Amino acid sequence: MAALTEIAQSSAPVPRHRGRRHRRFPVWRWLILSLAGLYFLTPLYAALKFAGVKAFGQVAHQSGFSSALGLSVRLAVITTVLTLVLMVPTTVYVHLRLPRLRRVLEVVTILPIVIPPIVLIIGVLQVAPASLKATPDLLALEYVILAMPFAYRSIDTGLRALDLRTLFEASSSLGANWLTTLWRVVVPNLRTALLSAIVLTVALVLGEYTMASLDLYQTFPVWIVLFSQDSGPVSTAASLLALFVTWVLLMAIVTVASQSSRRRGGAEVTLFTVGRQETGDSR
Amino acid sequence: MTPDTTTGDKTAGAVAGGATRGGVLKGGGIKGRGSGRPGGADRDSAGLSLTLRGLYRTFGTTRALDGLSLDIQPGEFVALLGPSGCGKTTALRIVAGFETADSGSVLVDGSDISAMPAAKRDMGMVFQSYSLFPNMPAIDNVAFGLRLRKLRGPDRHRRALELLDMVGLTDQARQYPHQLSGGQQQRVALARALAIEPQVLLLDEPLSALDAKVRLQLREQIKGLQQRLGITTLFVTHDQEEALSMADRVGVMRSGKFEQVDVPDQLYANPRTAFVAEFVGTMNRLPGTLTSARDVAVLDSVLTVRAGAADGLAGDVDVLVRPEGLRIKAQPGGNGIVTDRAFLGSVSRIGVRLCGAVAVKVDHPSAHAGDFTPGASVQVSLPAEDAVLVAARP
Ligand SMILES: Nc1ncnc2c1ncn2[C@@H]1O[C@H](COP(=O)(O)OP(=O)(O)OP(=O)(O)O)[C@@H](O)[C@H]1O
Ligand SMILES: [Mg+2]
Repeated sequence: MAALTEIAQSSAPVPRHRGRRHRRFPVWRWLILSLAGLYFLTPLYAALKFAGVKAFGQVAHQSGFSSALGLSVRLAVITTVLTLVLMVPTTVYVHLRLPRLRRVLEVVTILPIVIPPIVLIIGVLQVAPASLKATPDLLALEYVILAMPFAYRSIDTGLRALDLRTLFEASSSLGANWLTTLWRVVVPNLRTALLSAIVLTVALVLGEYTMASLDLYQTFPVWIVLFSQDSGPVSTAASLLALFVTWVLLMAIVTVASQSSRRRGGAEVTLFTVGRQETGDSR
Repeated sequence: MTPDTTTGDKTAGAVAGGATRGGVLKGGGIKGRGSGRPGGADRDSAGLSLTLRGLYRTFGTTRALDGLSLDIQPGEFVALLGPSGCGKTTALRIVAGFETADSGSVLVDGSDISAMPAAKRDMGMVFQSYSLFPNMPAIDNVAFGLRLRKLRGPDRHRRALELLDMVGLTDQARQYPHQLSGGQQQRVALARALAIEPQVLLLDEPLSALDAKVRLQLREQIKGLQQRLGITTLFVTHDQEEALSMADRVGVMRSGKFEQVDVPDQLYANPRTAFVAEFVGTMNRLPGTLTSARDVAVLDSVLTVRAGAADGLAGDVDVLVRPEGLRIKAQPGGNGIVTDRAFLGSVSRIGVRLCGAVAVKVDHPSAHAGDFTPGASVQVSLPAEDAVLVAARP
């Protein structure tokens, strides 16, 4: 998760430079690529070997599989919706009215990464009302906090590419109120940024283990760990499946983002640039 | 250079506008308008009056507006002209409702709209920067305001097409802003602003990002549309040529207030202050000396100015004179050397360096300007005419 964001945020300027260098030393390019490929693929291959093809067929029939996956998907949906509903208007408002607060917000939104989840969860369990503690929705609320750094950064980058003030003024001179402008003008222009926020949030929720296990809910990752004590191969197959599903999700989002970007004259969107708006400046 | 727009055009435009507007309204069939807005009843008449009354606005220590007052007649086209930072945009934004004045008020058709939010004001605005919604093709941009006014789909589409046709962009209807040139984008923005049949049209330097040729075309197009529709228009620019050629009246601003509000030819011929004289049109500054209450020695001759022109001045003064107010002839050992010559059509503007390193511009019929090549020695003189005198620059 963290690695993905890092790539998403820091890679855009790099490829140009690298590409030029590597064109002069194609051997190096292939060597590094193969080494990196080996590094990533070996464990995957080992896992695949260990699980065996048959295990994949059995995954879906294991006890607890569907309820765990169902819970994870539900949490992913709730978390994503809550995160967007909270973060989009907030970030837009800060950009528009309180640009000086942007620095502060940047620092605040990084906190969930800095503070270990275990500290967060203990804090939350101390203050959360009992009624909330009894439902898995509490977990969604915690995930909203965890997702905040990623969502904020995506949306922030997207907004920086827009002349927000002029768009709002043009829209309101035509008779639109704040919400209408947000919905009809800003959100459609944030397509790529929102997609990236969604991917990151969904990937985070589908992979989060610490909080879920401390909250005693059997989400998909928790189930995999628990189940691996029963059947190693099947749980390994399950985690490979989870990986595959996340990957397909990412590719789907990149494809959609590329299409909408091309239609509006933006640059090609790759997996690595999905976190930045195509024309986004980096100050 | 001579301004080609006079107040005479205004009346004609307003009358023609009344008729055209009626037609557009029938065609568009916008419903449910006119409730809750000032003077909403009578839309078929040319336009609504706009009044700025004693507007003040400070940003921190910057006084952007310093008691700005202006009366704009229904259907009139007024340009705000002034140097960068004089408060033009601020004034326009206060009229649009994007900014609030510290004190003072804005009246449309006699009713105070100062407290009304921007979205309720029905002001069409065209911005300096490209402001089209990037996610919508041209036609949807134009239809945006109509959609908010709950105009039905087919009507909306027809009306948006009408407007695109009006600005000559029917073929570009389905194109996205990034596929349009700067000039096309500003025309779509104009169509979008006009689509809602605004009470007042506000234009904030809409042409400044465009190249010269497109700018000239668009100038005429905007002026033509404004006259046809008879919409009361406030146009902000720092380009005096633009202001003089388009507007019925021009308000020259300096440090948040008006120096002079007048029709273009008056502004040019009878500037009331030195600032206006120098800001509007090209103005030469010639050093001179007051020799008596009304006599000023300038360019080897003595000029008698009109009574009152030299009031409050004594000793060294500057004489302000237009390029067409100076005479030039080739003369070996004259008082100046030609530095450059620009062909402006029927006249050529000749740059001359006079003794004492004073640079002046002199207009001379192009047909007889052949002798004035750079380096030529010339004699520049000032015929006895009314001249504007100001204190010499330190
Ligand atoms: N939001 C703001 N905050 C602080 N100062 C402002 C703000 N808006 C305008 N000003 C100041 O007020 C003054 C007038 O600004 P304004 O934008 O109205 O000038 P202008 O005549 O439109 O200039 P230009 O031709 O450069 O557009 C300037 O000194 C400007 O710096
Ligand atoms: Mg301005």
